[in-house]
Amino acid sequence: MAETTVASKTVKFIVSRQDTPESKPYTEEFEIPYRPNMNVISGLMEIQRNPVKADGSKTSPVCWESNCLEEVCGACSMVINGKPRQACSALVDQLEQPIRLEPMRTFPVVRDLVINRERMFNALKKVKAWIPIDGTYDLGPGPRMAETKRQWAYELSKCMTCGVCLESCPNVNDRNSFIGPAAISQVRLFNAHPTGEMNKEERLEALMTDGGIEGCGNSQNCVRSCPKGIPLTTSIAAMNRDTTKHLFKKWLTN
Amino acid sequence: MKGNSYFSRKLHSLLGIIPLGGFILVHALTNYQAFERGPEGFANGVHTINSLPVLPVLEIFGIYLPLLFHGIYGLYVAYQSNSNTGRFKYGRNWAFTAQRITGVITFVFVFWHVYQTRIQVYLGNITHEELGSTMHTIASSPVMFVLYVIGVLSAVFHFSNGLWAFLVSWGITVGPRAQRISSYICMGVFVLVSALFILSLVAFSGDEFKEAANAALTWTNIG
Repeated sequence: MAETTVASKTVKFIVSRQDTPESKPYTEEFEIPYRPNMNVISGLMEIQRNPVKADGSKTSPVCWESNCLEEVCGACSMVINGKPRQACSALVDQLEQPIRLEPMRTFPVVRDLVINRERMFNALKKVKAWIPIDGTYDLGPGPRMAETKRQWAYELSKCMTCGVCLESCPNVNDRNSFIGPAAISQVRLFNAHPTGEMNKEERLEALMTDGGIEGCGNSQNCVRSCPKGIPLTTSIAAMNRDTTKHLFKKWLTN
Repeated sequence: MKGNSYFSRKLHSLLGIIPLGGFILVHALTNYQAFERGPEGFANGVHTINSLPVLPVLEIFGIYLPLLFHGIYGLYVAYQSNSNTGRFKYGRNWAFTAQRITGVITFVFVFWHVYQTRIQVYLGNITHEELGSTMHTIASSPVMFVLYVIGVLSAVFHFSNGLWAFLVSWGITVGPRAQRISSYICMGVFVLVSALFILSLVAFSGDEFKEAANAALTWTNIG
């Protein structure tokens, strides 16, 4: 019988796995059929559909997180070939093989590639990254925002709390309480807002506590790694300026 | 709010430039007199410093205490950081790691150097006038010369790169353009100040400082 043999292209993955938060990580290799326009998520879906390792033995499906699949939610952040980034926008055609997948170990690993980014949300609470608009009566509309300001502030608002900047920062580790670049940039965003500005001192003071803005060591990896191109180091330096001013103002006026 | 790491880190950053950075510059220029004007020029430089008013106060509050705080707190800052230059091979990330490594080298070097010079003067083993010949003994040994060059380059790199970081940490250079231009200026400072120190070391290793040492000895013998 004439068999139509097509050179079947495959994609190799080396996935770092971990069964429980406390257990030791290990790696498993997978070789899956290539399809055009694959991204890392579709590769992981294929492994989930047919959890067989490259050596033919069966294993449990790999766990990962993803939501939007268009690089706006940040859920699928992981270390791909050594660089932290989103798996959804990591196209297989543009990656060197074997593709190495690891969790962002700066955060607690829940299982396989799933991490717990709770510290980032706690950081946003710490710096009060919101705009208080509630009152006992209708406070009316807030002041207008200048269009020129809105344009750069919009760039800061693209932050999706994905954690890539924390993963790339050498000062975010278990010996250091540094809050990380993302929350500092959010202070700049909310302090730029005409209504948010009314509470700017509260946010600056939050940055002037233990593990606040002083934890930045200027390695500038964050701005090079941010998938949304947020000018994180400019934000940090701008908040350095504002906290310095606030420090002297407090010393001299109290 | 009180007594948190924000203030310690800010103080650490400030002391690194004022007074310690200023001290490095004065020290480089004084030493350079050895190259520019020979043993006599260096002796004049030492004399000028020794004729400053309230010198012990300046030494204690302008050098020793800031140095101890900056050094010891700096070791803690270095301990708190990771190095990920393997994964992120960017210039600034290298500088981040180098800042911590050179800080530790400088910490050791400065203690050793102060022990060999200033502490010997305190102990009465040498006089201020004999510092030139002490430096000659050190700089004419090839091993010591190399160790001193490493120490000096570390200290000057730490100062120059620290100056760049100081400008960012105090919110003086905010945007990428300002930070790039200040990095060029700080690189220039590194080259210039390193040259001053290394030329001084070369001058100290020269024979005129040996003769000056002998001359000083003869003088004391006659006196």
